[in-house]
Amino acid sequence: MKQLQLLMGMPITVEIVDPGVTEAGIEQVFAYFRTVDETFSTYKEHSEISKINRGELAEAEYSEDMKTILTLSEQTRQETNGYFNIRHKGKLDPSGIVKGWAILQAAKLLKDAGWRNFYIDAGGDIQMAGYKDGKPWRVGIRNPFNRDEIVKVLQLTDRGVATSGTAIRGQHIYNPHRPRTPLRDIMSLTVIGPDIYEADRFATAAFAMGKEGIFFIEQLPGFEGYMIDASACATFTTGFERHVVQDDSTH
Amino acid sequence: MRKAIVSAVILAVFVFYSILHAHSAPVAVVPTPVAGTRSTASSTTPTQVPTGATPTPHATQTSGSKYKDGTYTGSVADAQWGLVQVEAIIQNGKITDVKFLQYPNDRSRSIEINSIADPQLVSEAIQAQSANVAIVTGATDTSDAFIQSLSDALSQAQA
Repeated sequence: MKQLQLLMGMPITVEIVDPGVTEAGIEQVFAYFRTVDETFSTYKEHSEISKINRGELAEAEYSEDMKTILTLSEQTRQETNGYFNIRHKGKLDPSGIVKGWAILQAAKLLKDAGWRNFYIDAGGDIQMAGYKDGKPWRVGIRNPFNRDEIVKVLQLTDRGVATSGTAIRGQHIYNPHRPRTPLRDIMSLTVIGPDIYEADRFATAAFAMGKEGIFFIEQLPGFEGYMIDASACATFTTGFERHVVQDDSTH
Repeated sequence: MRKAIVSAVILAVFVFYSILHAHSAPVAVVPTPVAGTRSTASSTTPTQVPTGATPTPHATQTSGSKYKDGTYTGSVADAQWGLVQVEAIIQNGKITDVKFLQYPNDRSRSIEINSIADPQLVSEAIQAQSANVAIVTGATDTSDAFIQSLSDALSQAQA
């Protein structure tokens, strides 16, 4: 069973292929994303993060989830040499870490409920569990020059895959070491990680590094990456091809 | 005396020629042993045969270049903050430069494209896959206007 909803400003798709799956089983994922959005959306005036940014909440009053996210953000900032930073112009915007974290928490909810074979896709960042029809899940990497095309087919199970992409302005990702320089030489960076939280945060940070990002992924154990630059040339990590399905033109 | 000089010169020329010949002879012979080595390569250690384990810098997998050389102007695309139009310059079948003809901020800019990523990792030209997949990973926040204009320019450049 597969369902899609627009939440947190993006399409979220959940598919569970276990026998006996119910709509309620899938709905708990969407319900969870709604509560996350209520806490962390910087667009919602009454969210906890908006209150913090307006100076209306003392640190002692922060929720457990907020404390977790702030701790994880700081940890990621240190692990990425400052390339990941939720502080921008004096405000906190943890959306770069909340998404991957929320997908992983939702996947844990499904596992706790007994589901084994599923995926959760939030705006192109995906956590996979188990198999579909006895085979690993197949995930395409979108062509950043043509949204209708895919340029690679991956075969993944019990892993997360996330893609960070560029926008000339109004982008969420910028290089904190050179905040005025737009990121334009890299179109997209796809990262395969042990789970979606890990894949997403390192995809975001590595993308901010520009062309160096793929080398950052290369030296992370357990991670693979596929970077597409503005000349439609892709550079990939040494173990990346193990996850690639050869183009067999089936289906 | 003159004869001696002449014969010395002739001798010198002969010696020089034979040295030259002696040196060139092994060169001429070289292809044979190499060919022999190649033919027996299956039974011995293969030398200089590129394997998947050897990173080939910029192993472009294009079956012929996708783009025709020239300068292509993309369509004007509406970004939320203004209009975007790009120009793609193709040389030797590759995009060498993308220029902003219209950019909402100020004057036109250009992206410097460094086509060599690094010798340590393999690169390839991206290629559309024919397989259908239900799940797709991609950036959520790309600038559609930029991509729209660039895609238009590149579709004109398509051979």
